[in-house]
Amino acid sequence: MHLSREEEDILEGENGAAAAKSMEILLAIGKIFGAEKLIPVTSSQISGVSYKTVGDAGIEFLESFAKDGRVRIPSYLNPCGMDLEEWKGMGFPKDFARKQLRIIQAYKKMGVEPTCTCAPYLIGILPKKGEHIAWSESSAVIFANSALGARTNRESGISALASAITGKTPYFGYHLDENRIAEVVFNVKAKLGEMSDFGALGIYAGGIAKQRVVAFEGIEDFTVDEVKALGAALAASGSVALFFIEGVTPEWRVVDKPERIEFGGRELKETRESLNSSKDAELIAIGCPHCSLEEIREIAEKVRGKKLRRKLWVCTARKIKKKADKLGLTKIIEEAGGKVVSDTCMVVSPIEEMNFRRTAVNSGKAAHYLPSFCKQRVLFGSLKDILE
Amino acid sequence: MRIKGRAISSGKAGGEALVSNEAISFLGEVDTKTGIVVNPKHPLFRKSVAGKVLLFPRGRGSTVGSYAIYQLKKNGKAPKAIVNEEAEVIVAVGAIISGIPMVDKLERRGFKLIKSGSKVVVDGDKGIVEVLK
Repeated sequence: MHLSREEEDILEGENGAAAAKSMEILLAIGKIFGAEKLIPVTSSQISGVSYKTVGDAGIEFLESFAKDGRVRIPSYLNPCGMDLEEWKGMGFPKDFARKQLRIIQAYKKMGVEPTCTCAPYLIGILPKKGEHIAWSESSAVIFANSALGARTNRESGISALASAITGKTPYFGYHLDENRIAEVVFNVKAKLGEMSDFGALGIYAGGIAKQRVVAFEGIEDFTVDEVKALGAALAASGSVALFFIEGVTPEWRVVDKPERIEFGGRELKETRESLNSSKDAELIAIGCPHCSLEEIREIAEKVRGKKLRRKLWVCTARKIKKKADKLGLTKIIEEAGGKVVSDTCMVVSPIEEMNFRRTAVNSGKAAHYLPSFCKQRVLFGSLKDILE
Repeated sequence: MRIKGRAISSGKAGGEALVSNEAISFLGEVDTKTGIVVNPKHPLFRKSVAGKVLLFPRGRGSTVGSYAIYQLKKNGKAPKAIVNEEAEVIVAVGAIISGIPMVDKLERRGFKLIKSGSKVVVDGDKGIVEVLK
C-alpha cells in the first residue's frame, strides 16, 4: 500500500503513540482488503462505548490510547450502557456505572463528542452524497450509505477511532463505485403499514442478502423513521451496508442478472411471527435506532392520560430529549409512567441485570438482538400493539 | 529456514509454535484469564496459547474479539507472536493494539511447513518467519 510522507511520519510516531498505532491499524486493514492508499474522511462515528460490549479490556485500551491520542476530525460516539444523567434513579448497577463513566471520560479526553447516539443523522450530522466517512454503528453506516449517499465501510469501534485520530481510512469497499451495486432485488408486494413492517422486511431481506448490496422495488409511502428501521434490520440480520429504494435513494445501480426475490404478505407474516418469543413483557422499549422527535410525539399522543401497566423506555439522543422536554412530550410520557432515556438503548444497556426478562419492541433490529445480547424473550409488534 | 510473508503487526518475538488447522475466535473460545482454549470442539481444546507462537488459518467471530486479545495480553496470557494463513481484521487489530508481532501469507505453502513444537521467530516489521528447528 502506498503511504504519503505525512502518513509515514505518523506511522513512525511523529504524532505520538496512539496516532502511530492508529496508522498501523489502518495500514493492516488496507493490506487485508487490497487498498492501494488511504483517503481523507470528514467524520468518524465510533461504536464500542458500552461497558457491556467492550468490558475491562476496552477500558484499559481506551485509557492507554487517551494518553496522547487526539482526534483530527469531528468524531461522535455511539450509545453507551446507561443514561449519563439519570442512571442513579433508573436502577443501573453502581459498579457498571463507574466503569461506564471511565469509558466516556477516555473518549472525551481524545476529543470525541459524547453524542451517544446510534442515529447521528437525526441530530444534524448529515454527510453529503459522495462524502467519505468512517462510521461504525451498523445502522448508521447503512443509513449514511443508502439514504444520504455518503461512503463508509462497516468499521469496527477501533478502526473508526483510528480514523478519528488520523483523519484517514483505507480506500476499498464502499468507498469505491464498483462495489456500490446491488446483487439482490426484493420486489415488495406486501403492504407495509407501519414501522414494525419495515423492520420485518429488513430482517427477512438481510437474512437472504448476507453481505450483498440490496435493492427494493415496490416500496411506497414511507417516513424517514421507517427507512431507518428497514436499514437497521438489514444490517442486523445480514451484514448489509448499502441498499437502494427505487426512485428514492440518491443511488440506484443493479447488476445485469440480480437474484430476484418476492416479499409478499406471507413472508411478512412469517417474519413477524419468527421475531416473537413472548406474549407479554415487563418492559416496553422503543428507540432502536434512537427515536426521532416525531416518534416521541406519536408515543406521547398514544399514552396521553393513560397509566401504563409496564415500564416504558423511549430511547433517544440527548439533544432530541431536550427538545421533547421543551415541547412537554417528556412530561406526558412520564405522567403515563414511562421514561425518556438518553445516551443508551435496550440492546447495549444491562437490562438483563435489571430484572427484565421479557421486552416488547417495534424494532426488527432490537427483536433480532435482544434474545442473544440481553437474554430477553421478545414481544414484537406495532407501536399500538406494544403500548396497549 | 527463513520464510517470507506479509507484515501485519510490528515487533519481533520468538518461541515454541502451536499450530491449529482451524480458525480461532478469541471471544468465547479462549479463556482470557488463563489463555486456555475452552471450546471442546476446537482442535486446541485444553491447550494454552500463552507464550506460544500461535499459527492458525484465520480469525473469526465478533469484532469485540480484538479486545479479547488485548485482555489476554494484559493478563500475561497472550501468544508471543501470531502467524495466519490469511489475516482478517479482528485478529490483526487485536494483535496491533496488544503489541503482538503478526505475519500472514507465507510464501511457498510455508504455513504448512511449521509444526507444533518447532522454534519459530516472527518478525512483524519485515514480514519474515524464521524456523530455527
